[in-house]
Amino acid sequence: MDPRRASRTVSDPKIRQVGFFAPPPDRSFSGPPDPISTSTPNPAAATTTAAAANTSSPPPISDLSPSGNSLSPVMIPPPRHSSDTTHRPVPFPPVSPLRRDTLSLTVGSYNNNNNNIISSSPTASFYDESKGITVKVSPTPAASSFPGGGFDLTAVKASSVPASGLTTVSVVKTLPPGFTEKVGGSVEMQNDLPANSKPLKERTSKAERRALQEAQRAAKAAAKAEGSKLSATTSGAVASANAKPTKATKPSSQKNDSATVASSEKKGGDRPPEKDRKKDAPHPRMQYDDKSRVEKAKRRAVVKQTEARNRVELFRHLPQYEHGTQLPDLESKFFQLDPVHPVVYKVGLQYISGDISGGNARCIAMLQAFQEAIKDYSTPDEKTLTRDLTAKINSYVSFLNECRPLSISMGNAIRFLKNRIAKLPLTLSESEAKAFLQSDIEQFISEKIILADKVIVKHAVTKIRDGDVLLTHGSSSAVEMILLHAHELGKQFRVVIVDSRPKLEGQLLLRRLVGKGLSCTYANINAVSYIMHEVTRVFLGASSVLSNGTVYSRVGTACVAMVAHEFRVPVLVCCEAYKFHERVQLDSICSNELGDPDAISKVPGREDINYLDGCTNSENLQLLNLIYDATPSDYVSMIVTDYGMVPPTSVPVIVREYCRDQVWI
Amino acid sequence: MVDVQGLVNELVSKLRRRKVEGSRATARLTAELLRSVISQSKLPPTNQPAALIDAVRDVGEKLIAANPIELAVGNIVRRVLHIIREEDHSNTRDAVEGFRLSVGGDNDYIVEQDHLNLSVAAQSSLCRPSLHALLERSPDSATTYFTATTEDDSEEKRKSLDPNARSLEFRRKVISAVNDLIEDINTCHLVIAELAVEHIHHNEVILTFGRSRTVKEFLCAAKEKKRSFGLFVAEGAPKYQGHLLAKELAARGLQTTVITDSAVFAMISRVNMVIVGVHAVMANGGVIGPVGLNMVALAARKHAVPFVVVTGTHKLCPLYPNNPEVSLNEMRSPSEVLSFEEFSDCMDYRIGTGAPQLHVGNPSFDYVPPELVSLFITDIGGYYPSYMYRLIADYYSSDDLVIQQKPAS
Repeated sequence: MDPRRASRTVSDPKIRQVGFFAPPPDRSFSGPPDPISTSTPNPAAATTTAAAANTSSPPPISDLSPSGNSLSPVMIPPPRHSSDTTHRPVPFPPVSPLRRDTLSLTVGSYNNNNNNIISSSPTASFYDESKGITVKVSPTPAASSFPGGGFDLTAVKASSVPASGLTTVSVVKTLPPGFTEKVGGSVEMQNDLPANSKPLKERTSKAERRALQEAQRAAKAAAKAEGSKLSATTSGAVASANAKPTKATKPSSQKNDSATVASSEKKGGDRPPEKDRKKDAPHPRMQYDDKSRVEKAKRRAVVKQTEARNRVELFRHLPQYEHGTQLPDLESKFFQLDPVHPVVYKVGLQYISGDISGGNARCIAMLQAFQEAIKDYSTPDEKTLTRDLTAKINSYVSFLNECRPLSISMGNAIRFLKNRIAKLPLTLSESEAKAFLQSDIEQFISEKIILADKVIVKHAVTKIRDGDVLLTHGSSSAVEMILLHAHELGKQFRVVIVDSRPKLEGQLLLRRLVGKGLSCTYANINAVSYIMHEVTRVFLGASSVLSNGTVYSRVGTACVAMVAHEFRVPVLVCCEAYKFHERVQLDSICSNELGDPDAISKVPGREDINYLDGCTNSENLQLLNLIYDATPSDYVSMIVTDYGMVPPTSVPVIVREYCRDQVWI
Repeated sequence: MVDVQGLVNELVSKLRRRKVEGSRATARLTAELLRSVISQSKLPPTNQPAALIDAVRDVGEKLIAANPIELAVGNIVRRVLHIIREEDHSNTRDAVEGFRLSVGGDNDYIVEQDHLNLSVAAQSSLCRPSLHALLERSPDSATTYFTATTEDDSEEKRKSLDPNARSLEFRRKVISAVNDLIEDINTCHLVIAELAVEHIHHNEVILTFGRSRTVKEFLCAAKEKKRSFGLFVAEGAPKYQGHLLAKELAARGLQTTVITDSAVFAMISRVNMVIVGVHAVMANGGVIGPVGLNMVALAARKHAVPFVVVTGTHKLCPLYPNNPEVSLNEMRSPSEVLSFEEFSDCMDYRIGTGAPQLHVGNPSFDYVPPELVSLFITDIGGYYPSYMYRLIADYYSSDDLVIQQKPAS
C-alpha cells in the first residue's frame, strides 16, 4: 500500500494541478493540494490525516453553518450525494479496496468524512449531532432529497447542478472506475474515471494527457465564467477534497460547473432536470467512415467482421460487412466466450441468422436474455453491483450490436434497464437487487410491449368497418394482432398484403392470416398502385417513430404510404410508445441498416433469375440492401399508440411527456 | 398468299402465347409481317389502296386481338395504314394534277387550284393533316404545278403509264416506306442515345427502373462521352430485368448499384434524374410502363426529381387511356410472386362462399399519368407530355384509330 500511495500521491497532485489549476495557476492552488501531499507521505497516519481533513474542512464551512462539524458534512454532501447514492450499497471500506492502488489516504479520509454525513443513514450515530439534517438526509438516499435538505440555502437548483458535477469529480477520485450512473455516458465516464483515478497509479502518461485536456477545458470554462477566480478556487477546493465545504466555493462552483456543464456532463452522477434534457439528447451514432473509431470498436469486438469488399459509397457511414461469415465463427466460439453470457450469446446468434426479427421480438428476446443473465449474475468481490452490472450489460449490448445493429426500440429498452440498475436502492442486497431488476424487466415487457399492443389493438379495431379492404406491408406484429382481433370480432373485411424483397416477410404473415381464415390478397410492392384502388385503409407497423413524425420502418413502407397518400387512402401507423424516440431524421440515408447484399441477387423460388450470379465482386456493380426507410410524416394520417390515436405531429409530445416517464419510473 | 397467311398465324400464335414480348420486338415483327403482306397480297386493278388497306387492316386486327396489351402492334398497324394512305394521297394528287394538266391549259389554273383545295379539304376532314403534310403541301403542289406545266410531255407520259406499272410503283413506294419504318424501329435507340449528352452531365446520380434497351444505350452513350455518373437500378420485380440491365451496364463500365424496388423511395432523395423506358406512351402523355413505375414517378415528384421517359416513336399510341390500370393491363402468373409449392394448401376455397381465400395480384403494367412525367425524349426530339397528341397526328391518320370496330361490326 505504501509504495502505491506514494506513487499515487505523486500523480494525484499532478493531475489535479494540471486539470483544474494549470490554466488559472495564480489562484488558490497552494492551499488545497498541500494537505493532500502532506497526508500522503505518512500513510500510516491515515486517521490523523482524516482527522486533519475533518478539522480543516469545518472551518470554512463553519461560517455558513452554525453547527460546525456536523454541518460541514452537510455542506459537503450535496456534491457527494449523487455519488453516494450509487455508491452507498458498498460499505466504505470496500470502496477503497476497489480502488486498490488509487486510493490515497487523503481520499479515504475525505470519503470517510463524506460517508459520515451521507451514508450514515444506517448508522444514526453520526447524524445525531446534527439532528435537523439527519432527518432530512438519512431517510432518502436519493439525490433529489439532498439538495433540498443540505443545500437549499441559496440557489438550490443551480447550485445543485454544479454541485453534482463537482461531486462526480470528487467521486471519481474515490469511486472505482466501474461506476457509471448513466446509460449513455457510461463509456465516457469510465474513460474519465481512469483519467482521474486509475492512471494515477501507473499510467501517468495517459493521465497527463487527460489532465491536459481537462486543463484546456477548465481554461475555457474559466474564460467564460466571469467569476473565474471563484472557479479557480472551486477547483482548488475540488482538488483538495477537504477544502470543499467552504461556503465561498459554492457559488463559484456553480459558475464553474455551469460553464463546464457540457464537458462535465459525462461525469455522470444524478443530474437535475435541466441537465437531463441535454443528457437525453441522443448520442451521435457511430459513423463508420470515421476510421479511428471503427478501429477502436473493432479491437473490442467479439464478432469478427470482415469488411465488404464492394461497399456502396453513399453508405460508407454505415457498417458494411461480409454477411454469413460471422455465424459459423461465432458458433465455434460458443463454449470459449467468457464475457458474454450464453443466453445473450444465443440471442446474438439468432439475430445474425435472422431467426429473431421484428422490433418487438428482438426487444423481448434481448430483455429476456438480460433477465436470465442478471439471474446468473453475481457481483465479483471488490465491485459494486450497480457498476459492474452496468458494465456487463454494456458488454452484452455491444456484442448484440455487433451481431446486428440495435433497433431504436432496443436502445430504449436498454436505456430503461440501465436506468433501473443505476437507480437501484442502495440498501438492497444483491439477491434483492437482482430480483428487483428481473421484475422490472418483466414489467417492461408486459407493460410496454404486450399490454401496449393490446391497447393498440383495441384502438385500431375501431377503425375497421365491415367491407373494408385493409392493406398492410411486410409483417408487423401489431398489425397482425389488429387484423386477427377484428376477425374475431366478426368484422367482414379483406386484407391486402404487400410484400417486398428481399425478406418477403409478408409471406409469413399471409400464411398465418390465411390459416386463421382471413381472406387475403398478396401482391408485390410494385403492384401497390394497382391494388391501391380498392383499398380503404392502410395499416403499417413501424420500427420506430421519430419525434419529427417520421416513421422509421421496414423498407418499402414509405412507398406504400406514399401511394396510399396519392390515392387518398388513410394511413394508420401502429407503434408502441416505447419505440418512440426523440431523434429526428429527414431521409433514409443518414441512418439505416444494410442487409446482406447477396440477398438481392438471389430470388428465392426463381432459379431463372440468376443474372447477377458471380457479379457481386465486379468493380462497378454494387448491391444495396437497405433494411429501413423513413416515411415522411405527411403521408401518415394517424399513429395508433398505447397512449391513443394521435397525429404524427403529436409524437414529440408523447416522447416528452411519457417516454421520459418510462425511463425514469 | 398461303405463306403470308402462315406467317400471320405464326405471329398471332406467338403473340397469344406471349412468346414475343416487349414493344420493340413486337413492333419489328409486326412491321416485317405487314411488309410481306403488302408485297404478297394480290390487288385488284382498281382501287388498289383501299384493297391494300383492307388487307393490312385484316391482318392487324388479328394481331391486335392476339395481344391487345401489346400496344406497339396496333401502333405499327396504324403506322402502316397511314403510310398507305399517304402514298395513296400523293398518288391521287399526282393523278389530279395529271388530270388537270391533261384537261386544261394555263387558264384553268384557278379552277384547278380550287379543285385541289377541295380534295385536300375532303381529305383533311377524314384525317387531320399531319404537320408534315401541312408544311409540305402548298410548296409541293406549287412545285409540282410548275414542273408539270414546264414538263408537259413527261406528265403526259406518266399519266399514260398502264395501271399495272402504276400499281407496282405504288406498292414499291409503300414497301420502301415500311422499310424505313422498320429501320426506324431498329435504330431509334441509337438516335435517342445521341441526345444523352444534352441531358446527363458529370457527377449526376441517375435512377432507372427495370430494363430497357433504349435506356441502356442512352446511358452508355453518355458514358462514352466521358460523363461519369452514378447509377441506381431498381430491380423491377417480378421480372427482375433490372439485374440484367445492371450487369450489362456494369460490364460497360458504369458505376451501378442495384437496389430493391422498395428502396426507391429511400434512395430517390439522392438522385438527380430518373430515366426510364416504357411500354407505351398514350395520347394524353401518360405512360404505360413496367409495374412499379407509378411508385417511382410519385417518389420522383415528391423529391422534385425529373422523371424522364425515353421512347421510340413506335411506342406512341394514338389512344387515350381510360382506366388504364385495368383495361391496359395484364395479370401474370401468381407463381412469379408466390411459390405455388409453399402456398398450395392455402389456395383452398372457403366452404360456403365459394370464394378463394387467397388472391395474388401480379399485374405486369403500371400507368403513370402525364402530370408525373417531366419529359419525353424520342428519336425526333424532346417533348412535353401535353404535346403528345399533336405528335400522334403526324404518324397516324384518324381513320385508323379504331381498327377493330369495323370488322367486329
